[in-house]
Amino acid sequence: MNRNKTILYSLILAFTIVAPFAFPNFGTQLATLWLMIIVAITWDMTGGQMGYNSLGNIFFYGTGMYVAALITIGLTYDVGDYTSAAGGGIYEFTDLEYFGGMALGILGAGLFCSACAIVIGWLTFGLRGPYFAIGTLGVAIAAGELVSNWEWVGGGQGIALPVYPGDFDTGKTYFYFLFAAVGIGAFLFARWLYGTRFGSAINAIRDDEEKADAMGIHTLRYKLYTWAMAAFFVGMAGGISAFQLIHFEPLETAYQTINLGIFMVVCVLLGGKGTLWGPVVGAILFHLFKEVTWNYLLGWQWVALGALIVVTVVYFQDGVMGWLVHKKPEWFGIRVEKKVASGSK
Amino acid sequence: MKKLSMLSVLMAVFTLLFSQTSLAACGEIVIGSAISLTGKYATNGVHAQKGYEYAISKIKENGGVKIDGKCYNFKVIYYDDESKGDRAATLAERLISQDKVQYMLGPYSSGMTKAIAPVTEKYQIPMVEAEGASRSLFNKGYKYIFAVLSTSEQYLASTIGLAASVAEKNGKSPSSVKVAIAVENDPFSLDIRAGVLDDAEKFGMQIIIDEKLPRDLSDMSAILTKVKLLKPDLLVVSGHSKGAATAVRQISEQNVKVPLIAMTHCEATDVTGKFGDAANDIVCPTQWAETMSYEDPIFGTAANYESGFKKAYPEYKGRQVPYQTAQASAAVYVFKDAFERAGSMDKEKVRDALSATEMQTFYGNIKFSEAGNNIAKPMALRQIQDGRYNVVAPAEFASHELNWPRK
Amino acid sequence: MDQILGNIGLLIDYPVVNLKIVLDGVMIGALFALAAYGLALVWGVMNVKNLAQGDFVIAGGYVSWWLVEHGFPALLGVPVAFIVMWGIGWVIYKLVISRVIERDLFTSLLATFGLAIMMAQIMNLMFGSDTQSVDLGYPTLHFFDGFIDVPIAKLIGVLMASALAAGVIVFMKSSRMGQAIRATAQDARAARVLGIDTEKVYAFTFSLNSAICGAAGAIIVMVWIIQPFYGISYSIRAFVIVTAAGLGNLPGVIAAGLGIGALEQYGAHIFGIGYQQAVAVMLLLLVLLYRLIQQRRNRQVLK
Repeated sequence: MNRNKTILYSLILAFTIVAPFAFPNFGTQLATLWLMIIVAITWDMTGGQMGYNSLGNIFFYGTGMYVAALITIGLTYDVGDYTSAAGGGIYEFTDLEYFGGMALGILGAGLFCSACAIVIGWLTFGLRGPYFAIGTLGVAIAAGELVSNWEWVGGGQGIALPVYPGDFDTGKTYFYFLFAAVGIGAFLFARWLYGTRFGSAINAIRDDEEKADAMGIHTLRYKLYTWAMAAFFVGMAGGISAFQLIHFEPLETAYQTINLGIFMVVCVLLGGKGTLWGPVVGAILFHLFKEVTWNYLLGWQWVALGALIVVTVVYFQDGVMGWLVHKKPEWFGIRVEKKVASGSK
Repeated sequence: MKKLSMLSVLMAVFTLLFSQTSLAACGEIVIGSAISLTGKYATNGVHAQKGYEYAISKIKENGGVKIDGKCYNFKVIYYDDESKGDRAATLAERLISQDKVQYMLGPYSSGMTKAIAPVTEKYQIPMVEAEGASRSLFNKGYKYIFAVLSTSEQYLASTIGLAASVAEKNGKSPSSVKVAIAVENDPFSLDIRAGVLDDAEKFGMQIIIDEKLPRDLSDMSAILTKVKLLKPDLLVVSGHSKGAATAVRQISEQNVKVPLIAMTHCEATDVTGKFGDAANDIVCPTQWAETMSYEDPIFGTAANYESGFKKAYPEYKGRQVPYQTAQASAAVYVFKDAFERAGSMDKEKVRDALSATEMQTFYGNIKFSEAGNNIAKPMALRQIQDGRYNVVAPAEFASHELNWPRK
Repeated sequence: MDQILGNIGLLIDYPVVNLKIVLDGVMIGALFALAAYGLALVWGVMNVKNLAQGDFVIAGGYVSWWLVEHGFPALLGVPVAFIVMWGIGWVIYKLVISRVIERDLFTSLLATFGLAIMMAQIMNLMFGSDTQSVDLGYPTLHFFDGFIDVPIAKLIGVLMASALAAGVIVFMKSSRMGQAIRATAQDARAARVLGIDTEKVYAFTFSLNSAICGAAGAIIVMVWIIQPFYGISYSIRAFVIVTAAGLGNLPGVIAAGLGIGALEQYGAHIFGIGYQQAVAVMLLLLVLLYRLIQQRRNRQVLK
């Protein structure tokens, strides 16, 4: 069993490394795939494992973009001047300023988003069920609207970051590996986390928060830490996206609530909620479906996507992993008589 | 309903397959374009797409593109950018790296063009764009982007000049003119605002209202109330199609009396068709008017273009052909011209030919600056007079006098 | 900051402006309230949180617009939209909604989100992406030196909305089906035991919701403008209102609808129109936080 796993993991790792070179034309799509995987895994940390279904995780993505961009710009130039030129003035960045700024920016984005998660979580974790989902969605929408009216950060114009210095194809591979690194980090972190006492505690919160509380689990603290960890990865992913996209603006790109913000939930449901591999599998399937329909069903792509969401949610709720666990429990090291306990609900 | 949509999906797949197997007598030049077919820019994205398609069919009728004695037809691969910048950039990349497109036609709106330009630049793919007017596109040193239209600060700047001259005529100093600005919070409209602010400052005019419209606008009565209270002499509105529709409707409902109202996207929204007399005396900047005296061998005169286009797309009957469509057609024509002069399909040669463009089209004269914007074509201002769009400025094109003050 | 102070100054210098803002807000708020009431119904009765609410509204608007385009009188649009959307609502119920009732919250939220994007795109393909509106051709009434303007079309719209709301209230109170709906909302199992066909009640409730939204949309197209992708902003308002007012509280929903309409207009006047949506969403957050604090206080009392 263990050896099989090692082989599986090394195969995936090998594919990850080889992919951008084997399919050089799909560099950006592969990078976006990693982005989807990151946001799906982190959404599942609160949504699947802890039972808190947030619709506002996109807040961390958008905030991460802005924080990373502002740190990079602010280290070299005056932010107000830079944004009021709307990408108009010629602002040069040396390699050191670009890569140094990027490193600090992405890290800063992650940390800042964690801090945001603590504050927002402290305010909203008292909400339950649909109210938590709607409340967090509200935070994300409000943030987008406020940022789009904030001229110092460019308002509705958005921010244009400097272009990757050097060859474009190298740039593509570079961003791919940045995303992949964060994605692998998020996956390994989640894998480790779910095996610890902490993981059991958040599962207990999902199963019955009152009982968990009564058993002496400081539930609020656990909820805040979990969300902060998720926010850290999403914030970093947002930071990388900012550099990869070069130009971004608040409502459609950064705080894209009804796009990526909800797609990440669909990914998790598609793959299987509350499982380690579910979000990864779901993100891959969703991304594939989206790219294929956008290519071959022009005009009908949104209809197809809507139908996919409806069908997944209505008829296929346990997701791919839930289905697999149900059909092939032995793959997961579960003996058949334990089947009831292994249901994904 | 679901069955029906499934059926249509299947049909769409089939038509797609068949359309690709049909053979043409001439060769094919494949151009890529990511354009807004859904989302907030969809109205104008579709206008532009029809402009591209009309020009392609016209060029085909006239014998296609002749390169080195052989004939070619254009074929455009479209993707839908959903009016989202990040999507547009991804699609541009896909067009270039997966569909192996060597030439691009622009998307709709400055924001999308801004998102695509770094990509085409990096891949050194010449892009002729017709719908991205923001100044910030042309001060980055881009070498592969060519815009047939005038840049956005010129859209309404002439309105400021007009307001100043009206003030002088009435014995007032231009600096006494009070201006109210309501523009959408997006790159194009913010650029228009910047142009208006610059020009207003030159005359020392006072800006008394300066607000940004939200993107999903359907109600602007809050601004119009302020306009009524503060009584500006000039009201400037820019918000793509929904901005124009909302503004015209509510200005007439609330009986807002401003002597001069200027607004973008009047034709694209078909304000006269939708609101009738309510749209009267509004001044609209236009890149092109069918009354202008330009012509070329493919499309004929500007008026010929209008009638031909309406014949090909009957849904435009009884309304103004938007300039967004005309300039899209002009962009395709510029490509044809450049290919023929280059005498080659090599993208570098095509780029060089593009930058040397100097021609007249039904849409106006086209000559690109070093930065890639068209410097040979002025903007015109039209006023809606009794439901007709009449050119009132600049002087050399004006066919009618300005109605002032607006009733 | 100066601008904000200046805008507040305008409110004080011209008190009549307050009246206008409230009027404008109440008129749009009446339509928000309709959509919100439909949401409160399906949420309360069958625990379905319908994110496609706004798209039903827009679809109703297109029904009315289509009629006018084909030469029918504009006022016919409201009843026809009501009927057509009733049918569409019923079909959607049978295909999708009937399978998500009593499942966990994300099922209905996401299933209806999928519906919402499908509907928006289908409308885009059917009617084009252009903004549309219907002009009734009635004049505008002016009061107070023309500061207060009430377009007759708007007046008719608000009257129709109130008539519809009143009709629904009477229906819920006095008809057999209305009673069955209320009984199901209180306790579906008990209702079933007492011989109520809850499946029928659900189908009826969802169709009714869809019809109410459709009628609201037909009114909106007479007074404001619609576009295939506008649904989401009506959905957001509906959620704000229902969250603020609570379920099963029709007067509360109407009051919250009118109140949010007015507060949004105030927000747009004071902070600038760009903040209109932000104001609506901030109100939602404030209501949620207020509820939370109230709850915490209650818990402390219990200890």
